[in-house]
Amino acid sequence: MNFDLVIVGAGPAGLGAALEARARGLSVLLLDENEAPGGRVWQAQERREPHDRDDAFALETIAKFRASSAVAHLGATVWAIEDNIVFWSEAGAARSAGAMCVLLATGTTERPLPIPGWTLPGVMTVGAAQIALKTSGLVPAGATWIAGQGPLLLLYAVQALRAGGKIAGILDLSAADAPRRALVHMPGALRTPALLGRGLAWRGRIIRASVPWLHASELRALGDGALREITFRAEGRERREPADLLLLHNGVVPSVQITRALGCEHAWDAAQRCWKPVTNEWGETSLRHILVAGDGAGVGGWQAAGLSGRIAALGAAGALGRIDIAMRDAAAKPLRAMHARALAIRPFLDTLYAPRPPTLDDSTIVCRCEEVTAARIREAVDLGCLGLNQLKAFTRCGMGPCQGRMCGLAAAEVMAAARNVSVAEIEPYRLRFPTKPLTLGELASLESAAA
Amino acid sequence: MIIFLFEGREIRAREDDSIAAALLAEGIFATRTTAVGDAPRGPFCMMGACFDCLAEVDGVGGVQTCLVRVRSGMRVSAQQGARALPPGDSGAA
Amino acid sequence: MSEIFDVAVIGGGMVGGAIAYGCASRGARCVLLDGADASLRAARGNFGLVWSQGKGKEMPAYAVWTRLSLEHWPAFAEAMGSAAGQPIGYRRVGGLDFCVGEQEFAERRNELNRLHNLDGGRGPPLRLLDRREAEELLPGTPLGPTITGASLAPDDGHVNPLLLLRGLHAGFRRAGGVHRPGVEVRGIEAGDGFAIDTGGETVRARKIVVAAGVGTRRLAAMIGLDVPVRPVRGQNMVTERLPPLLPLPASALRQTEEGVVQIGVTNEEGTWEPATTVEALARMAARAVTVLPPLGRARIVRAWGALRPMTPDGYPCYAQSATHPGAFVAVCHSGVTLSAVHANVLAPMILAGSLLGDVSEMHPSRFAGENVHAA
Repeated sequence: MNFDLVIVGAGPAGLGAALEARARGLSVLLLDENEAPGGRVWQAQERREPHDRDDAFALETIAKFRASSAVAHLGATVWAIEDNIVFWSEAGAARSAGAMCVLLATGTTERPLPIPGWTLPGVMTVGAAQIALKTSGLVPAGATWIAGQGPLLLLYAVQALRAGGKIAGILDLSAADAPRRALVHMPGALRTPALLGRGLAWRGRIIRASVPWLHASELRALGDGALREITFRAEGRERREPADLLLLHNGVVPSVQITRALGCEHAWDAAQRCWKPVTNEWGETSLRHILVAGDGAGVGGWQAAGLSGRIAALGAAGALGRIDIAMRDAAAKPLRAMHARALAIRPFLDTLYAPRPPTLDDSTIVCRCEEVTAARIREAVDLGCLGLNQLKAFTRCGMGPCQGRMCGLAAAEVMAAARNVSVAEIEPYRLRFPTKPLTLGELASLESAAA
Repeated sequence: MIIFLFEGREIRAREDDSIAAALLAEGIFATRTTAVGDAPRGPFCMMGACFDCLAEVDGVGGVQTCLVRVRSGMRVSAQQGARALPPGDSGAA
Repeated sequence: MSEIFDVAVIGGGMVGGAIAYGCASRGARCVLLDGADASLRAARGNFGLVWSQGKGKEMPAYAVWTRLSLEHWPAFAEAMGSAAGQPIGYRRVGGLDFCVGEQEFAERRNELNRLHNLDGGRGPPLRLLDRREAEELLPGTPLGPTITGASLAPDDGHVNPLLLLRGLHAGFRRAGGVHRPGVEVRGIEAGDGFAIDTGGETVRARKIVVAAGVGTRRLAAMIGLDVPVRPVRGQNMVTERLPPLLPLPASALRQTEEGVVQIGVTNEEGTWEPATTVEALARMAARAVTVLPPLGRARIVRAWGALRPMTPDGYPCYAQSATHPGAFVAVCHSGVTLSAVHANVLAPMILAGSLLGDVSEMHPSRFAGENVHAA
């Protein structure tokens, strides 16, 4: 099988790209590891009652996609991209397809928020709780605490309350002066008053539900074998509260697993304290046939993601000669204007929710897979480790099945603080394919296929 | 309504639930213990990235329960440390 | 810093680390100049074998050198464990090379007979096991149906190469060694001792050792030695943790103490990219499943490529420069196996100022006049 465009990820960016590419006559293959299109933000959208215009737009987009003649393979986990071939696993079998262009629309992962006890059963991310809500209708029961910062935290709290869930309290771990610093970006935020208004409405909803909202620090999760209580510092005093469920969130960062394994160039985003693939205005990375669209190129929200997907598809159409350059640019122009408008609120949000350098206790686990603590990482720095690759060799940090997805940024922060350099100077994990596990049997089957 | 077993106990689940979601609904937060420190772990990210929600499903160890949908009669057990490897052939396609 | 070190070692991998440790633990004031985190380090790609089987077929001095290292290994492992603060996992349990099919078995038998006749029993005590004997040696290991036997070297074994590296570095520091990571050597000048230009700082030492793996050629030239070293890529992959399956290591298949099964290996010329390729991973997977069929259900969680520093005949190069006395070079692609003799035999020779015996036979002048690959 060969396609003009293979898209990895069926969220807003991937779906937007698929529809635009089909409209321009490109053959399209869309791969997503979930069973239905929608990605994270529109997860299980087709199974849920639409609440508002955004939900309606999501359903409409998914329906259009299903009606298009893009080829979709769902339940498909991409594990390698080599030259112009994309490899994935589907129903336990290794598959592949040729691609003139590959568009990565794999979105984000949550920024790690390691606290003492964060590996206890009963501690999860806010994203995890949102997935459980969207796909299975699970609402928090018992003593549920939410901690961290970022728009998703607010959104989830509102969704959970609306669904009848109970929240014992919300711990705001953001910097106390963040709102003041964010005010300078208010003009940009006011370009999309609806978005701003919605954020305020979420706050109001939570206040009206009498959910305690506390500015806090020094959060710890405690329990023997499972979460039983949390301790934190708020309003000048130590607090101890029973907890059955603790949901953490510290913003989201671009998912760079595949772009790293491909060897694409990345740049450090100092404000967002994360790495992003370097892309041009068409989403092209430093490798000409590899494109990135959506939050994976830089967090901007789902509206911007859909538009960037369309722009990238136009770029691919131009690169493949299916559309002449003048028409490509003319089609992209209004999309770029809408894209810019969708991003207008970002400086405000990014400042309001600016990620803070974490301060980790020695005993806090950083690498969950291999149970490597901050103390061990600091010890490795004392032994001369400069970056994450030597760190991996000296401590096994990053050697587990998650391939550093959960620990990479946090480990880099610990090393940077210990070495007294900027996090950008800490060499990240060198990644290779396969970027997702697959069985030896599956891999071996490719040999006999090639023979 | 789907009924499956976790550690021999009957769990009721909805048709579209992942194993992890169904267990969470029952208040079960731990699906395994780690190989390094024997520490209990359970679902953390619910999106297949953390590899903490592993359990043994119908004899196959190391399964990411947040990515697998429940099925009637499925037998899920907690995974203690490293997964078991069933004997027999390669299972290659 | 105007200190003049006794020895400066350039390269902090298996070879440089062992030599630096050996020198520092004998009282030499030593500095170890190490590359950056992203440097092309073979020492992150080691398989972890402590191995004599198949080595030195065309160079007896190397076979003897290897066996000497094996003799040093048990005590060396103890010292490394004490330096690393934990045992480094050295297991001298024997090493296997499996035979697949009848023809391979027949060829292996001929090979072992030839070796035995050549060195009259002085070489490594290799035994050929037929299928039944292999099964008896490995109860509970489900060998694939096409496995016809294996050659066994009873003194071979494996170790945790990362803990070994940790032990070398920790032992080096404990002995007063100075570790300088993130250094790039721009030039070396001889005068009263040596002055190493690291771009900003000049490091001075009475003796220097170039142990820079794939970067050896460029640096050896600075001390008047032509050491043709080229990268030969080896791809590896590891599984999730598994229950005990394989108690003895095989040449491209071993189970670590953590329970992870490590699978190799390729020999690829002409690339400086330590990347992986699907074709090679598939081929290695197929072979692993041939040997141990239940591995078919095990998942690969990580794969990587590492660049071996390869000389034209594959054997090590050791030399003291004739034009720059006091400057040495040491390069090989069996850094784990040889780390014991590098620390215990080569380092003292360097400190004493001359390379003797078997070591002196592995001089790069043996390549002079040949058409060698450009590095």
